[in-house]
Amino acid sequence: MIYLDHAATTPLRPEARAVLAAALEPDAVHANPASAHAAGREQAGRVARARADFAALIGADPAEIVFTSGATEADNLAVLGRARFAQEQGRRLLLPRTEHKAVIDPVRHLAGQGWRVDWLDPGPAGVVDAQAFADACGADTVLACAMQVNNETGHIQDVAAIGAALAGRGVPLHVDAAQALGKVPVRVGEGIGSMAFSGHKFGAPVGVGALYLRSRPRVGIEPLQFGGGQERGLRSGTLAVPMIEAFVAAAKAAEAARQAEQQRLGTIREALWQRLSAQLPDLIRNGAAAATSAHVLSVSVPGVQGEALRASLPALAASSGSACSAAQAESSYVLRALGHDDAQADASLRLSFGHTTTARDIDEAAAMLLAAVQRLRAMHPEAA
Amino acid sequence: MIYLDHNATAPLRPGVFAAMRPWFEEHPGNANSVHRAGRLARQAVEQAREQVAALLGAQPGEVLFTSGATESINWALQGLRPGAPRCVGASEHDAVLQALPQARRLAVDGQGLIDPAALPETLAAQGEAGLLSLMWANNETGVLQDMPAIAAAAAAAGWWLHSDATQAVGRLSIDFAASGLVALSCSAHKLGGPKGVGALLLRGGHAIERGQRGGSHERGLRAGTLNVPGIVGFGAACAAAGKALAEESARLRRWREEFEAQLLASIPGSEVFGAQAPRLPNTSFFALPGWHSEALLIALDKRGFALASGSACHSGSDTPSHVLAAMGVPTPRALGAVRMSLGHDSREADLQALLAALQELAGETAGGGRFAGLLNG
Repeated sequence: MIYLDHAATTPLRPEARAVLAAALEPDAVHANPASAHAAGREQAGRVARARADFAALIGADPAEIVFTSGATEADNLAVLGRARFAQEQGRRLLLPRTEHKAVIDPVRHLAGQGWRVDWLDPGPAGVVDAQAFADACGADTVLACAMQVNNETGHIQDVAAIGAALAGRGVPLHVDAAQALGKVPVRVGEGIGSMAFSGHKFGAPVGVGALYLRSRPRVGIEPLQFGGGQERGLRSGTLAVPMIEAFVAAAKAAEAARQAEQQRLGTIREALWQRLSAQLPDLIRNGAAAATSAHVLSVSVPGVQGEALRASLPALAASSGSACSAAQAESSYVLRALGHDDAQADASLRLSFGHTTTARDIDEAAAMLLAAVQRLRAMHPEAA
Repeated sequence: MIYLDHNATAPLRPGVFAAMRPWFEEHPGNANSVHRAGRLARQAVEQAREQVAALLGAQPGEVLFTSGATESINWALQGLRPGAPRCVGASEHDAVLQALPQARRLAVDGQGLIDPAALPETLAAQGEAGLLSLMWANNETGVLQDMPAIAAAAAAAGWWLHSDATQAVGRLSIDFAASGLVALSCSAHKLGGPKGVGALLLRGGHAIERGQRGGSHERGLRAGTLNVPGIVGFGAACAAAGKALAEESARLRRWREEFEAQLLASIPGSEVFGAQAPRLPNTSFFALPGWHSEALLIALDKRGFALASGSACHSGSDTPSHVLAAMGVPTPRALGAVRMSLGHDSREADLQALLAALQELAGETAGGGRFAGLLNG
């Protein structure tokens, strides 16, 4: 099987694998980091080192990192936790239509409770510029959201500029950086109030993530999960130490490899695009090379349903959109927000690359894809 | 180190990491993806769902995977019958008490037990039917509530019953189908699975508001990419715990009873909390005369023993256990309480060594000791 679905989940990096193997072997210390005994303190020390390392990686303070079960939880905490805290200040939110569902679903939930939502349309550019955020920001807006790298198209949003544009208005920007770490430079910055991270998108295991939450000036949020008071009371629950250590080991490795890897994947991606577009001149590219992260190639094949194409490629793991929407088989709201019609959105296929992708994978994938498109078009010649 | 703190977290059971390993190393796959890698991951998740359900006497479709018991409990308490009244036990874990600070708290007796006979009146006094949450086994004392009688009283009053069974799962035989519970929360790492994964059992036909939002995972009820290795490890731990349950619980109970008998016989003035109530086989919450729990834990720690003064979540605090306070234990005695909890990898020699250390330390306090100043102040 050729695996080109790294934006859904990417294999473990060796650094994370080594951490897990050491931490989960039968003789390893197993204790609750909240326990006061020596074994507990040893585990707490591991968490503290991991927290400091991760904070340093993104330019944050260790006390600004909250470990979570993943980016969905981190996004929920940033949006719903912020809303609970700030509802007396204002009940208004600002975000592009192309955000991930982990942001959009909580926002829709708030809209159902009477919150006003200002939706921004990215249009064909795929991103919303900083000025549009500033213009749409109201006096009662208490949170803006912008994902740094779009999970379906790979479009890169200039979150530093958006944060800076919002800073003067006192509206914190929440950045979903799940697809960004290890792909583009990720740093906390002016106006950015929070950032969500997911381990399994950069080579850590699934089931661990983090929320950066700015402490100066403080971004107020209410916890969503109560209990033992872990993570400064913001996220109760026993810390999964091996997962946290693996998360940070993978993050460091991904960041260290970032520039070389992105260059390599960019070359691979352009080679794939050249081969596909040479054979299929009507193939549409959903996002120009310069505007998108090198790990994603989103294409639409006119006249061929993305879902049918994907289903006819059993040996190629790719996605017709976000894995989070796969079960619903709805056409991509991201591509529709970019101005594509339903047919074009339906015809999309997301190929995404990662640290294990080779040039040979691309050769085989291109051959499989071209054969499948030709087969489908032969079955339905009127559609082409 | 002699680890006697399994109620805080238990080491992985043999075979659990081996079951997880392929899902770390060989199979990338988002269980929500429709391609083959995704399908394989989904099959592994469904097998684990069956293993969890089998241990708990539930239907696989009643198992919802979460990041742990804290999430499960918070979700159940917020999402079941939203807006309706809530009643919780006074000796619940903080995940319950902090999630519902306004809830009516039901008193427990000197052994930590809720009186099921008092429930009909208490529940009726709330006006409309709501949600009752009572833990199956207490994390500090190990005391077991009379769940069948409680469930019958709740059902008769039209109330839904949720139970935090985090400490009970894998240590007692649990039959969710027959339990009368609407929902049950638990976590993998207390029974020898990995940290970072748990479950909420929800009886068919009962609605819950969505938990984490952002995708269609777990029947649209709980969004977030499924933690496939963690879930697989949870399933493997449930299978192993189920297989070992009868033998293990009988053995640990025998060791625990022997330990307590010798403790009480050899150290005058020592006491065991909740000893008259039915308890988990693995837990003993006890105090030595003249010892503050923190001092005793430090002394034990120096000798290589890992024990706790109660909930790990509360380590280092100098307030007495809220569980003992709810049981009416006077503060000076409650401040001495230390918890010993056994698990699958415990050995009888661990307890013999602990007993010898306690006997030695108890002797050190003869003539006044290090506790007096703390308690009389």
